[in-house]
Amino acid sequence: MSEAKSTIDRETVEQVAKFGGEHYKYGFESDIDADRAPNGLSEDIVRFISAKKGEPEWLLAWRLDAYERWCTMDEPKWAHVHYPQIDFQDLCYYAAPKSMEDGPKSLDEVDPELLRTYEKLGIPLIEQEMLAGVRKVAVDAVFDSVSVGTTFRDELAKEGIIFCSFSEAVKEHPDLVKKYLGSVIPKSDNYYAALNSAVFSDGSFVYIPPGVRCPMELSTYFRINEANTGQFERTLVIADKGSYVSYLEGCTAPMRDENQLHAAVVELVALEDAEIKYSTVQNWYPGDAEGKGGIYNFVTKRGDCREARARISWTQVETGSAVTWKYPSCILRGDDSSGEFYSIAISNNLQQVDSGTKMIHLGRNTSSKIISKGISAGRSSNAYRGQVSVHPKAANARNFTQCDSLLIGDQCAAHTVPYIEAKNLSAVLEHEATTSKISDDQLFFCRQRGLDPEEAVALIVNGFCRDVLQNLPMEFAVEAQKLVGISLEGSVG
Amino acid sequence: MSALLEISNLQAGIGDKAILKGLDLTIQAGEVHAIMGPNGSGKSTLSYVLSGKDGYDITGGSMQFDGHDLADLQAEERAIAGLFLAFQYPLEIPGVTNMTFLKTALNAVRRGRGEDEMDAASFLRLAREKSRALGMDDDMLKRQLNVGFSGGEKKRNEILQMAMLEPKLAILDETDSGLDIDALKIVAEGVNAQRSPERGMLVITHYQRLLDFIKPDVVHVMANGRIVRSGGPELALELEKSGYADYRGNEAAHA
Ligand SMILES: Nc1ncnc2c1ncn2[C@@H]1O[C@H](COP(=O)(O)OP(=O)(O)O)[C@@H](O)[C@H]1O
Ligand SMILES: [Mg+2]
Repeated sequence: MSEAKSTIDRETVEQVAKFGGEHYKYGFESDIDADRAPNGLSEDIVRFISAKKGEPEWLLAWRLDAYERWCTMDEPKWAHVHYPQIDFQDLCYYAAPKSMEDGPKSLDEVDPELLRTYEKLGIPLIEQEMLAGVRKVAVDAVFDSVSVGTTFRDELAKEGIIFCSFSEAVKEHPDLVKKYLGSVIPKSDNYYAALNSAVFSDGSFVYIPPGVRCPMELSTYFRINEANTGQFERTLVIADKGSYVSYLEGCTAPMRDENQLHAAVVELVALEDAEIKYSTVQNWYPGDAEGKGGIYNFVTKRGDCREARARISWTQVETGSAVTWKYPSCILRGDDSSGEFYSIAISNNLQQVDSGTKMIHLGRNTSSKIISKGISAGRSSNAYRGQVSVHPKAANARNFTQCDSLLIGDQCAAHTVPYIEAKNLSAVLEHEATTSKISDDQLFFCRQRGLDPEEAVALIVNGFCRDVLQNLPMEFAVEAQKLVGISLEGSVG
Repeated sequence: MSALLEISNLQAGIGDKAILKGLDLTIQAGEVHAIMGPNGSGKSTLSYVLSGKDGYDITGGSMQFDGHDLADLQAEERAIAGLFLAFQYPLEIPGVTNMTFLKTALNAVRRGRGEDEMDAASFLRLAREKSRALGMDDDMLKRQLNVGFSGGEKKRNEILQMAMLEPKLAILDETDSGLDIDALKIVAEGVNAQRSPERGMLVITHYQRLLDFIKPDVVHVMANGRIVRSGGPELALELEKSGYADYRGNEAAHA
């Protein structure tokens, strides 16, 4: 791992590929003193976290309630994934870099080692003059349990946009937090959401005021660094009437032999005529080729189109993690509201993915669209699980689902599990599904034109994912394309 | 001067089935050779074995290409060394535009040849120029590779790839099949434009018709996995009259 540490920089993909089998580009570990809670979960730990963050009484009470509910819940077993029992008493629920004890007052005060870590990841936390033609991206960086810095805040503040860490939002904007926290994903929604509600450490908070079109991409970058810690961040995005925001989320973690738990919650609220685009490039460490180590990514993400004509669109590129369990969903409550889910989920080696979406049609004339591209290679397992449900009052609901699986090799598995439930006769629901393999003839054709087998697979898979890649903001699309190639390395021989 | 391609006593097959049974063929730079022969005689197999497709067992003989022993090279290394195959049945790659494919291939080949990758602007200029020369719409470059292309468009697209990659030896496997006379003329013009003293071509065809437009220096007849006769362009005309009946008999005798 230390070998990785010294060589990683803003390498080109080719250099990464030459990396002697260690394909994971972000596997370095940073040497940073951390402030950790003792392992284990109890009411005391919940109080400890809340106290560390100097939280108001109402939030502590909210957490404690979540903890109580969690204690009575069972881990979900219905997903198509297998992993050893997690010992929740052997995890650390809070780790923060020591230098953040009192919280940085500004980016200038952030530990330079931390800034370097983010630079290695390709995320500058220094506000740079951007090249002409490149859009600005404001970043909130979350390192282990805390947010270490948010860029371009002043510029955003001029428009009335709030973009800060969750902890800060609790202090500065308690009314907004109180009003919307848990309003999309109730604290006892499911086992991991309840766990997160009890112990969440930090995350990002966004509020776009009425009528404002956010002038730049907002983004959060998550990084798990500490060994043996879970990461439980919480993101809350609120787009007020007639506003628009595009939000990006990226994640990496060091290569470790133990598994690490990541149980995040993301809540989106879109009010009348508002639009939220939420994109994720998930590249948590997937474990090695034998399935040792890697992140358990058990995430709850849901958006609420709360009022008329609200629009929410999820785009995800899932390439990392040992086990992924995640279903970014939309509640289409407002009349004429719409939800979209575009997904690329890649599994290689022994990775397991169970991912998909739920589109819950409650309002009239609501529409949803699901485009899912699952790619399985190695001995991995990749399931699409999707639910489209139309409630009795949701007249004229529309859904289109396209669900494509691509298999590389013959030891992997793909599953498609669609649930469709229409309780209103006017609903029009379309579902298309395909399963294909990369053919030897296609590979040979590419190789005859000079591409090596890995380039050929990357090209073919990128083509397969085109409909989804096109939906990503430009800044992410290029990275995502490279990631598709890197994550499938070694899948053909 | 050593030959561009020298195949001697090549024997190859799939599993238990022998397909090439002692084939000899020599092509000098600058020459255009045609191989004709009945269906099933092993013409496509020869093109695949030369270009390094997996799945064939080479059981004897040798293939020398421009100073390389082809058996030592992977398929992509052969492409980089300058061997190009225009496929009898070009493959579709959904979601990948013609442009992206051409650019990826060109840059892979250039990298392999130790040249710099071509920048986006120069590439675009080159691709437009070459595709227009083949009478292709600019629109064709934006379409997904061979997806929904007509037979003629697919074949023309193969010639476009050849024009972009500038191989030393181009093997054209039944590039004429399925083309109407106008499409055939355009493809032949494209091929003729690429004839040069440095480049060799191996034109595989079932019909004499293509050879009216691409004049070969040497014509071979292949039957039952061997070259059974070689001659000048007149041999093609003779076959046109007499057909392959004689050679089919030959094949049956061996079967
Ligand atoms: N994949 C294969 N497996 C088994 N036999 C094959 C395969 N491909 C070709 N053949 C056989 O090899 C012979 C030569 O085929 P081919 O090279 O396609 O001939 P041509 O191109 O001259 O029509 C035929 O008898 C054909 O059936
Ligand atoms: Mg053939």
